[in-house]
Amino acid sequence: MSNLSRDDVAHVAMLARIELEEHELDTLAGQLDQIVDWVGQVNEVAAADVPPMSHPLPLVNVTRPDEVRPSLSAEQALANAPDPEDGRFGVPRILDEE
Amino acid sequence: MTTTTDSTAYPDLTRLTAVQMADALAAGEFTSVELTQAHLDRIERLNPALNAFLLVDAEGALATAANVDEARAAGEELPRLAGVPIAVKDIACTRGLTTTAGSRMLEHFVPPYDATIVTKLREARMPILGKTNMDEFAMGSSTEHSAYGPTRNPWDLERIPGGSGGGSSAAVAGFLAPLAIGSDTGGSIRQPAAVTGTVGAKPTYGGVSRYGIIALASSLDQIGPCARTVADAALLHEVLGGHDPMDSTSIDAPVPPVVAAATGTRDLTGLRVGVVREIGGEGFQEGVQARFEESLDHLRALGAEIVEVSCPHFTYAMAAYYLILPSEASSNLARYDAMRYGLRVEPDGSPSAEQVMASSRDAGFGDEVKRRIILGTYALSSGYYDAYYGQAQKVRTLIARDFAAAFEQADVLVSPTAPTTAFRIGDKLDDPMSMYLNDIATIPANLAGVPGMSIPSGLAEEDGLPVGIQILAPAMEDQRMYAVGAALEARLTEAQGGFVIERLPEVPERAPAAAPHTRSDETEEARA
Repeated sequence: MSNLSRDDVAHVAMLARIELEEHELDTLAGQLDQIVDWVGQVNEVAAADVPPMSHPLPLVNVTRPDEVRPSLSAEQALANAPDPEDGRFGVPRILDEE
Repeated sequence: MTTTTDSTAYPDLTRLTAVQMADALAAGEFTSVELTQAHLDRIERLNPALNAFLLVDAEGALATAANVDEARAAGEELPRLAGVPIAVKDIACTRGLTTTAGSRMLEHFVPPYDATIVTKLREARMPILGKTNMDEFAMGSSTEHSAYGPTRNPWDLERIPGGSGGGSSAAVAGFLAPLAIGSDTGGSIRQPAAVTGTVGAKPTYGGVSRYGIIALASSLDQIGPCARTVADAALLHEVLGGHDPMDSTSIDAPVPPVVAAATGTRDLTGLRVGVVREIGGEGFQEGVQARFEESLDHLRALGAEIVEVSCPHFTYAMAAYYLILPSEASSNLARYDAMRYGLRVEPDGSPSAEQVMASSRDAGFGDEVKRRIILGTYALSSGYYDAYYGQAQKVRTLIARDFAAAFEQADVLVSPTAPTTAFRIGDKLDDPMSMYLNDIATIPANLAGVPGMSIPSGLAEEDGLPVGIQILAPAMEDQRMYAVGAALEARLTEAQGGFVIERLPEVPERAPAAAPHTRSDETEEARA
């Protein structure tokens, strides 16, 4: 199995939307490399014909009737919002400045 | 406080079992207000040292208690545990009470609704004492990964109370609460129970609703009871269990008869108890192994037949788990995007939404959470998916097959719950791998979805700290582990002259100076 470089960790952190500081990258890269190496031992098991298990219960398509039910008010839903505005969630700009 | 209680009959209300509390309340021997106040007093005295509770809701708990007392005085028929107080792990949403999951990300999050299990506690009319500390988002085995400082073990304040539910285990072990809620993704109910001399049960996957529980890994998470006796755990299990239309993974079947099992026969004649060859031996502390062997002798004396079973793929359970859990966690925790709730940190200038997300997640998540999110994101990323997440899911199938084969040879399986007694705070903080390996005995049950419980088997010779024995049963056969647990508990109690927890030394009111590796700045803050 390939090992995880510092650049790999920085790239994956970007994908996960975590802005790591330099010193965090230094520590995490070493630890993650060791952990990835260790979890890679799952590949020692011959399992080509084994079906994957995503979940312990054999449940499929659990549905309920599509009925109107009481729900949170807009005020309740916005109570924990960092920047509520006019009954909506205020968000930073989503487009590039250019 | 005015009281009509005969104080010589009950010198300390907090020392009773939940069953005794419920019976005495029903008989009018003391009131729920007195009982709840006794716990609040003990919390006030000992929580500064233990840091078991992140939030104490004295007002709310006393209001529920007073309400129960009034109803009882009026002759109303009440649920079995009405008036018996409980602590709730800070992973369950409580309407109007801050719910942090041990994370800075949710420091100021006040849920607008109750988790289904919290609704059930309210329906059972149990006063909610407060919210208990935990490893951040339930990631950890020591409660050192809480953003609000570590919880300390009542048996020795320099040691960990287990994790992730260390707040709940410390509260129950320290007699700050007779019962508590736990969540178990890889052992977070059972391992804390083992290292604090208490009882903890993880029900069958899907046996208890998870609506309103802050998700870690959705194919593994399960809610369950923390208590000091098997019968107490069973009573709480019955309150929590059952189908919930709000949780599509909840099993639509009656709750297994756990209370009847916990209070039924102590005769195990004809029961086949399987010892899993792959759990034990190397890495297991001598005193842990000795207490386990002793429990096997007790089980034999109760009429059980001990058989050795082999689960060859358990060897790979840890590796599979540490791929599946981070993968699911990285997806579940993507919701903390600083947009609708939770911490928002805005970098200087005119940052974009993505830059705000990345800065907020860096500031809001602790090291262990970052490690697991990055590991999970990597395991799911294109080019690595088949070798990591995909292969782990196949190994998971093989582990479930191992269980199925083992349960053909045995009615229940047993092992030590954790390889060691409580380790020292700080000892494994810089070595995530050695922390992970602590979950070796508990993880297979989560992967297969089978129920498991830990009960105290005694104290280890070498350090005088509690040891736990784990009992595993097939899915939806939760009552089997309660029957075996109760029979073994009764036998151990007789042999050892009382419950293990009764040997808890006096808990000091002050914690020792922080160990060098603890996040002492935050500990101080939590104590303030």
